Formats: sequence, C-alpha cells, structure tokens
Amino acid sequence: MAKFDIWDIHCHLNGVAGRTPEERLDKLLEYAKRVGLARLCVFMGMEWAYDPAPEKMRQDNEEVLRAIRRAPGRAFGFVYLNPRHTQASLDELNRCVRDGPMIGVKLWVAQHCNARALDPLIERATELKAIVYQHTWLKVTGNLPGESTPMDLAELAARHPKAALVCGHSGGDWELGLRAIRPHQNLFAELGGGDPTAGFTEMAVRELGAERVLYGSDAGGRSFASQLAKVLGADIPDPAKRLVLGGNLRRLLRPILKEKGINL
Amino acid sequence: MSARIVSRTVNRRAFLGTAVAASLLAASREPVLTAAPEAGASESLIDVNVSLSRWPARRLPHDETPELVDKLRRAGVTQAWAGSLEAVLHKDLAAVNQRLTEECHRHGRGLLRPFGSINPRWPDWEEELRRCAEEYLMPGVRLHPSYHGYRLDDPAFARLLRLAADRRLIVQLVFAMEDERMMHPLLRVPAVEPAPLASLMKATPSLRLVLLNALRTLRGEALRTLLAAGEVFVEIAMLEGVGGVEALLAQVPSSRVLFGSHAPLFYFESALLKLQESPLSAEQRGALRQANARRLSAAA
Repeated sequence: MAKFDIWDIHCHLNGVAGRTPEERLDKLLEYAKRVGLARLCVFMGMEWAYDPAPEKMRQDNEEVLRAIRRAPGRAFGFVYLNPRHTQASLDELNRCVRDGPMIGVKLWVAQHCNARALDPLIERATELKAIVYQHTWLKVTGNLPGESTPMDLAELAARHPKAALVCGHSGGDWELGLRAIRPHQNLFAELGGGDPTAGFTEMAVRELGAERVLYGSDAGGRSFASQLAKVLGADIPDPAKRLVLGGNLRRLLRPILKEKGINL
Repeated sequence: MSARIVSRTVNRRAFLGTAVAASLLAASREPVLTAAPEAGASESLIDVNVSLSRWPARRLPHDETPELVDKLRRAGVTQAWAGSLEAVLHKDLAAVNQRLTEECHRHGRGLLRPFGSINPRWPDWEEELRRCAEEYLMPGVRLHPSYHGYRLDDPAFARLLRLAADRRLIVQLVFAMEDERMMHPLLRVPAVEPAPLASLMKATPSLRLVLLNALRTLRGEALRTLLAAGEVFVEIAMLEGVGGVEALLAQVPSSRVLFGSHAPLFYFESALLKLQESPLSAEQRGALRQANARRLSAAA
C-alpha cells in the first residue's frame, strides 16, 4: 500500500470514539495511518439530522472546522448544506468555503437532488471551485423521502455541466447506479459506504474509465479496511488503482487547493 | 441566480491566514503516511467463510475454484472452510454437496474443507446429513435458513442441531449473504432472526456453532448473551465500523472470533485489512488468524 498516495473523500465524525470533534479526528487519523491513508475529507457533525435546520447545519460545520484545524493538510472539510434552506446554505457555503478552509460541499437526504432548489448551491459551489458530494442510493427496500437516486443526480449533472459532482456510494446498488451516471462526464463514482462486494470497482472502471472513479470509505460507520479492499483487491492495473485511490481526487481538488494557497 | 450571497462576519483574510496557511505548510511538508506492516502476516491463516461456484445474481472475479484457490494461497491462507453458492437456491442439495466435495478435492486439496448444506424442511435431510458426515467426511455443515425458508424456532432446526452435535459436526449458520437493500428484487430474503438460538444452545451443549455474516445485525447485549450460551463463534466478514475488530474484542472474548472473508462475494482483502486497521496484541492476532479455528476443527 505504501506505493499509493491514498486520499479518502468520505469520512465522518459520527460513529467514531471520542467526546469532541478533535478527539474523533485523532481517532480517525490513528486508524487511517494503520492502513496507509494519507489524507481524509470530513463532513457532517457528531450527530446527524436528515433535514437540518440552519442552526444545526452551522453546528455540524463548526464541528468539522474544529476537527480539521487539528490536522491541517491531512484532514480537509466539506460544508454540509440543506437545499431546503437556500439562503442559509449559501451563507454557510460562503462562510466555510469562500472565507474558510473547506474545499467541497456535502448534500445528503433532505431533498432529491434533481430539485431546482439545488441550482443556486451548485452554481455557487462551481464558482468557488468546490466539488459537490451528493449521497445517492437505490434501495430495493425503499429510499428515504428526500433520498436521491443516481438518476436524480444525472438530471442535476445535465443542468450543470461545469460542476464537478460526486455520486456518493455509486447509488449503493452500483450495477444500476454506474449505468445511470455513465453518460455525464462531470459525474464521478464514489465507491464507499457499501459492502465490499467483489466486482464493483472493476465495473466502475470498465464503464466510466478509471479517471471517473474515487475511493471513499464512509468511516466511521464503515471501516477503512473494507472500503480500501474494493480498490486494493480489484482486478485492475496499478495505474488505475493509483487514480482511484487519490490521483483523481487530487486532480479535482487542485484548483480550489491552489486558490487557498495549498500546492500539492 | 436570485438568491442573496452574503459575506458573513468572519474576516476572510484572518481565517485563511491561520487555517489555510497552516494547511499549506503542513501539506507541503507532511510526509505521505505509509501503512504499518501487519505484524504476524507470515502466520498461517484459516478462513472459515468462503464459497465455491456461482452467485445467482452476478459473476464474481474469483468464482472459478482454481482462481479462488490461487487467490487464497497467495494471501497466505492455509485452510478455507468452503460452502457452495449453489446451496441457496438448488433443491437437489445431494448433488450440490457432491460437487462441492469433488471440487474441494480436485482443486483445493489440503486447503479447501467442504461444508455441505442441509435443509431440515425438505424430505430425507437426515440421510444428507449422514452423507456429509460419513461419506464426504466433512468437518461440518452450512445452513441457510433465510434462503431455505424456515425460522430458528422450527422444531426441525432444533433436531438438525442435535443430530449434528451427535456427529460432532460444526454447524455454520449463515445470517445473510448480502445487504438487504441491494438484493435482486426477486431474491429478497430477511436476515435470520437469532432470538431462539440462546435457548437452543443451552439445550444442545455439545454443539459448536459458527455464525457467518452475523455482525451486521447481531451486536451488543444480544451478541454477548448468545456467545455466553454455549460454544458459539462469530467471524468478521460483515463486521463494520472504523477499528471494528478492536471494538468487537472489547465486547467479546477473542477466543470466540474467527477470520472469515466471505470470498468470493466480498473482496478477500477486506477481512485481511481489518486485522491491520485495529491494533491487536500478538495473542489476539494469532487467535483470530488461525488458533481459534484450529482448536474448533480439531474437536470436530
């Protein structure tokens, strides 16, 4: 593993031992080091809400800001937004990304992502060169009321061809999710948060190309181990693994990191 | 865009001047972290949860036995307890068990140990249990209650446990094969409801029971109670959460935890990396990698 410079696009403070954001990030970094991870992206607070009020959204982001101050350069933050509160979300985006150290946007399950309410958030994130991570799932057991599918995200991507959008979990049911996002070159598949089912990464690379696939873990709910195995255990060449494990994320983040004076 | 964009009270220059400048410094100087080598990697490894043949809903990278055997040997596995994926849907379990035995001998001699499948709701299952024990000399059997359509309070299940214990067979009980959210819409089955197991274990004290893919749903007090009820073991294929093995061993004795990969349905590396992710003592690592499984199979 030491031959790969591994960046994880998907980590949380929830599900990790520790009383404070700082303690939880320390714990995440401790486990990350044991499996060879170099850098982590962190989003959402210590306790989650499906449809956070503006105050809760701000609290979540404050917790992430506290955590990433602990390990500058090793932990990056994404701002958690709720499209049902447009102005409050824009204010948070400006506070945490334009005026702060955060480098991306996290959208979860408050509203389906094909809703027009997302448009101002995506436009502003794109102006700021922030990438947008949208949770998606296709559950045969039934999605949450506001939970997006990869098909919803494909609609959003078609409306915003200049935005860099990440399809969280590749839709969970990845055999369908990967095909739903395939036509949109500004959509990237994230591998994290599901079982380490063999064949997932091979199909993602086959259908999208290695340049559009990103490693993420969804730690602490998931282990780094099970999610890294999706790439390290995949039957794809090492150059493709190098892209998936960090090369692609570094390429996507380079403009905003440069904007903030961080040279990779 | 009609929405208002407002600069908040935080002073941008000051904010960037602290957090981001620190990031710049750190990012340029911080060495890329490297993985600590897994101590004990040269120890032998017993995988109690592998399967042969084809999963009905997809082809898998190692679903040809020679490829799986090669993968396991290269990873240092010295023994793998193998069931058949055919067992979840096939009705002719006799043919499934025969093919499983032949496949283990043909391609995995010395590595693969076959665990046949029994459905106690189907006719003549006692004869199939006899064949598994006497003709195929299997160390145990693997049960799929959710795919075979029975609950654990079914009297036939209790009788199967008794007969298996009498024959000193290990019983592997599969809680799930995949995430229920991702099942094929025509192949949706519930996870096993484990509530009757504790009393069944007390009624069958000589039984050795291995729970496969159980740790997604079986946790906390329910897990501890079940492990205390008899010779019950769990494996780590579906254990999740960062530092999951460390957290598990804080709850249950390390003598009851086995190494299981759920390959080829899961990437084999998942279970292996879990041992690396959690800080474990040499004793814990040895117990999980092989000692517990060796002790368990020696008694079979």
